[in-house]
Amino acid sequence: MMVQLVFYVFATILVGSAAMVITARNPVHSVLFLILAFFNAAGLFLVAGAEFLAMILVIVYVGAVAVLFLFVVMMLDIDFTRMREGLQRYAPIGAIVGCILFVELVMAGLHWGMSPVMPAPITGGLGQVGGAATNTGALGNLIYTHYFLLFQLCGIVLLVAMIGAITLTLRDRPMGRRQIISRQHARKRAETLEMMTLPLGQGTDDNGGFIRPHGSYYDTAVPGSYGIPASENRAKDSREGDAE
Amino acid sequence: MADFFFHTLAGQLILMLLETLAVLVPLLIGVAYLTLMERKVMAAMQMRRGPNVNGIFGLLQAFADAIKMITKETIIPTGANRFLFLFAPFLTFSLAMTAWAVIPTGNGLAVANINVGILYLLAISSLGVYGMLIAGWASNSKYAFLGSLRSAAQMVSYEVSIGLVIVSVLLAVGSLNLNDIVLAQRHVWFCVPMFPIFILFFISALAETNRAPFDLPEGESELVAGFFVEYSSLSFGLFFLGEYANMILMSAMVSILFLGGWLPPLGIAPLTWIPGPLWLIAKILFCLFVFIWTRATFPRFRYDQLMRLGWKVFLPFSLLWMIATAGFLLATGLLPQGVS
Repeated sequence: MMVQLVFYVFATILVGSAAMVITARNPVHSVLFLILAFFNAAGLFLVAGAEFLAMILVIVYVGAVAVLFLFVVMMLDIDFTRMREGLQRYAPIGAIVGCILFVELVMAGLHWGMSPVMPAPITGGLGQVGGAATNTGALGNLIYTHYFLLFQLCGIVLLVAMIGAITLTLRDRPMGRRQIISRQHARKRAETLEMMTLPLGQGTDDNGGFIRPHGSYYDTAVPGSYGIPASENRAKDSREGDAE
Repeated sequence: MADFFFHTLAGQLILMLLETLAVLVPLLIGVAYLTLMERKVMAAMQMRRGPNVNGIFGLLQAFADAIKMITKETIIPTGANRFLFLFAPFLTFSLAMTAWAVIPTGNGLAVANINVGILYLLAISSLGVYGMLIAGWASNSKYAFLGSLRSAAQMVSYEVSIGLVIVSVLLAVGSLNLNDIVLAQRHVWFCVPMFPIFILFFISALAETNRAPFDLPEGESELVAGFFVEYSSLSFGLFFLGEYANMILMSAMVSILFLGGWLPPLGIAPLTWIPGPLWLIAKILFCLFVFIWTRATFPRFRYDQLMRLGWKVFLPFSLLWMIATAGFLLATGLLPQGVS
């Protein structure tokens, strides 16, 4: 009785918030409803006695994936009235994709079967400690013993996706300031500080009024960073400035 | 009487309510006095006196602050999303309270002694970022928004290394239950054989709770006060309470994972007379002292240094340590056999 009630509460909120994800006008609200939907799905897992899956769903999807969603959506500046213009034109394609996905889901649901190596399902849920096999243990046994190859292949797919994303966004040009930590650590006092005696009322005009010791980080930094012109005779100029 | 409490639904509900209050009331009083402790300890370290006007040793200062905060006016900025603006502090506060359901204060003494306790803690702490993100976005303010983006990136980055450190500990325990994690430290606390990742976990805890030297989301010199610039009165108070409750929670996690939870340092007579909850409180207080000590000692990190530390130092090291732990346990045959 109690379990049914809890199930229907979670299920109703889940379906409702899923509907709100696609109908909310503000994209940030959409993502927040998506998070609510994830959360209620985790609640359904708990009702089913799969506490490990529930916690992993919250940690991975709510705690990491949805945070990045929210991050991107908050920073985007999209004109949503313009995006809605194409709605009429693309609606049939969207409907076809939706139908295909729905049919696939139904087919997968009809041919659902339990693995022969799977231990008997453990129900009981969050409150129970110990027992013959916790579902965390059962899941670990299945993934890391019986389906190890598939698990590794999933890992490789993710790795490829990660490397692809990095390759697409990595640009090998000095953007703004670049620092080389090891060089900063190895820096000595003599490279950064030099006591000079200049005639009173006269400074230097080199480098916009700054004199830097020979071989300082300014000289050896990545050309183009720190606003330094990447010219060859720059180091020579500053040294001449020192000598005067 | 006992029959009523343990065998009827109403009795069980009342019992659960009482258990919850038994955890939350000391926690809230603890939060109130943590603010006083912070001010007093920092004052001592900087050769000042700290609050000393209200009550003996300033003991009533926390309540004076609370009354001041409650009686102030709630201001909602123009253009702010009203519902989300007020929802964010409640979320932060209630999450900080919810996490305490699984913390064991003695052998089996937890409101909910669940199988996946440590994952529950990780899940709740990963939700904490939403309070900040929503607050920053709903305030309709640039400072608040920048602060919330910073804090979100920071918390997500350090959660990765926290997760890997927890996995290393779990390898040595063989259970996700917090009670089992403490009981596995009967002979030696995990801070001894796993000292490097104990330090790493502590530093990550500092970053996760946005404490100095990683308090960039607040960054008062550049972002005024970060994600809660626009908040005042009770809504600010809830953020404040949530932040300090999170500090106590992370200290409790450090105590349970590495300092033996409620266990005394040695299982000999005079030490075992002191009840378990007092040991846990003592360890939490020690961790909190180090939190405050750190704040009084170190200057704030630069943001790129913070990210570099998280991703290029902590993440590889904790990953390496996890593999080394697994290899060592497997080679020596010490790997705990799970229940299945």
